[in-house]
Amino acid sequence: MATSDPTAMPDPSPQPQADGPPALGSAVMSPAQLVYWSLRRELWENRFIYVVPLIVAAVFLSAFTIGAIRVPLQHYAASRPLTPARLLEGALQFASLVMMLTYLVVAVIYCLGALHNERQDRSILLWKSLPVSDLTTVLAKAAIPLILLPVITFLILALTQAIMLLTASAVLLGRGGSVVELWSQTSLLPMWAAMLYHLLTVHALYYAPVYGWFMLVSAWARRAVFLWALLPVVAVLIIEKLVFNTAAFAHMLLSRLEGGPAAIPYPPHAHMPMVAPTLANLASFLISPGLWIGFAVCAVFLAAAVRLRRYQGPI
Amino acid sequence: MAVIEASGLRKVFGTTVALDGVDLRVDEGRILGLIGPNGAGKSTAINAILGLAPYQGQLRVLGRDPWAASDQLMRDVAFIADVAVLPRWLRVSQALDYVQGVHPRFDRAKAEGFIAKTTIRRDSRVRELSKGMVTQLHLALVMAIDARLLVLDEPTLGLDILFRKQFYDALLNDYFDRSRTIVVTTHQVEEIQNVLTDFMFIHRGRIVLTCSMEDFEARYAEVTVHPERLAAARALKPLHERQLFGRSTLLFERADRAQLEQFGDVRTPGIADVFVAVLGGNPPADSPRGAR
Repeated sequence: MATSDPTAMPDPSPQPQADGPPALGSAVMSPAQLVYWSLRRELWENRFIYVVPLIVAAVFLSAFTIGAIRVPLQHYAASRPLTPARLLEGALQFASLVMMLTYLVVAVIYCLGALHNERQDRSILLWKSLPVSDLTTVLAKAAIPLILLPVITFLILALTQAIMLLTASAVLLGRGGSVVELWSQTSLLPMWAAMLYHLLTVHALYYAPVYGWFMLVSAWARRAVFLWALLPVVAVLIIEKLVFNTAAFAHMLLSRLEGGPAAIPYPPHAHMPMVAPTLANLASFLISPGLWIGFAVCAVFLAAAVRLRRYQGPI
Repeated sequence: MAVIEASGLRKVFGTTVALDGVDLRVDEGRILGLIGPNGAGKSTAINAILGLAPYQGQLRVLGRDPWAASDQLMRDVAFIADVAVLPRWLRVSQALDYVQGVHPRFDRAKAEGFIAKTTIRRDSRVRELSKGMVTQLHLALVMAIDARLLVLDEPTLGLDILFRKQFYDALLNDYFDRSRTIVVTTHQVEEIQNVLTDFMFIHRGRIVLTCSMEDFEARYAEVTVHPERLAAARALKPLHERQLFGRSTLLFERADRAQLEQFGDVRTPGIADVFVAVLGGNPPADSPRGAR
């Protein structure tokens, strides 16, 4: 090695260079910018996040349109209690259900791959060679199921339902019927409010520990992430049953999946009108211990995932 | 000034000692080759320097503890692991956007300039590029980062010789200057011999030889000796002797050149030959990825 003064301390400040880029205002990107680009990269890599809901919505709309043309809606109007508005209401609720299930499936698949794929394709070495911390990366990835997916799902669902209303109207008009009753009895806005509330509270916030768990296993498992994610759950269920002959863990899981106090506005039966959320619903949700216990558990899972990513390289 | 300073660097995996008390110092403006057989500890040392893995002992990189401050460190350090780390789904334009978005010292115009010299199309995905083009892309990204330390771990693995040559030419002509420092590990020692300013042999977790290239030329000499003069040459205690086409080639350390001239043409040996001599028949095998 070339010798130099061994007592000289390295100067941590950047040295201006003749051929380097022009001096930058600061040598640090803002955290918001790092998160923004981390999210962009997730969307580049995982286009299924929005492509799958779009395809599901398109298939749903096609089927609905064909059904609306085939089934003479106004046929029911005269004698039966099922009016076109009631039929449409049922279909709109069915659309909500389908899109919510799509969201859950997409979210789980995303979480299972979130910290596993980058290790498998060795690209983790590229991401780690750039000044983005493990914490930023994991939080950006967690934001996909917790924030981005519910919003994407809601937007696609709202658009789908609006198109359904227009399609139903067009079919009715085409048959010489009137849309007055349909439009007066169908209220999309309260339905959308209920839906957005339900998606954000139950499927995003209340389910946070579920996504956190899948991400943790994604950061840990070398292969078969889904099986590794299920194994401890099944093991606890079996051990609890055999050792204590109880099912507390199963009840806990079920109550988590049911959504806790926030689940109230969502009607248990498809033909009940959608109940709009009230501030009281929101308040009781926000102060429910279940929500905060869930956050705490999710935080522990994500912290463990950050730590694992720190130590791990490609597999 | 020291860019990398380590003393007593140790790393143990289970019962395997990967780094056994390594002391090293790399000064600014040097190009250091880290040379050793598979499993010698090269990648372990590199991972410690980059803050990718924890270690025992003292280590400062650009004045920072790399494990404690790995993401701050990555603002001043650029790193190419090997050619296979650009994900297949990434588009060339996305790679540029992303690095520009997260790296404060990335000069996009410079990267675009490098890419313009290649046949890489901006809208291509990595999966559509050849292995050589992926390396060119990665090199373009990294050379546009105004980093003070560039670490290359087997950067040309699996590339044909033409790309390997271009890779190091680009690095020297378009990137390197006296304010930058490069650390490189490779199996193809001969190819980077004239690129390096220093090299270091690492074997079983220890550094067995550290030498600058200026010293190297003065220190080592190689002579292919006429058979009748072999006994006289051997009397000068060569470091190593090997047979080539029935002639003996003797490697000397710190021998008098004038004296050696009597035996035949005196050459500067290859680093690989010195490696064999120093480590006694354990050459850096030109093999694909081994235990890492």
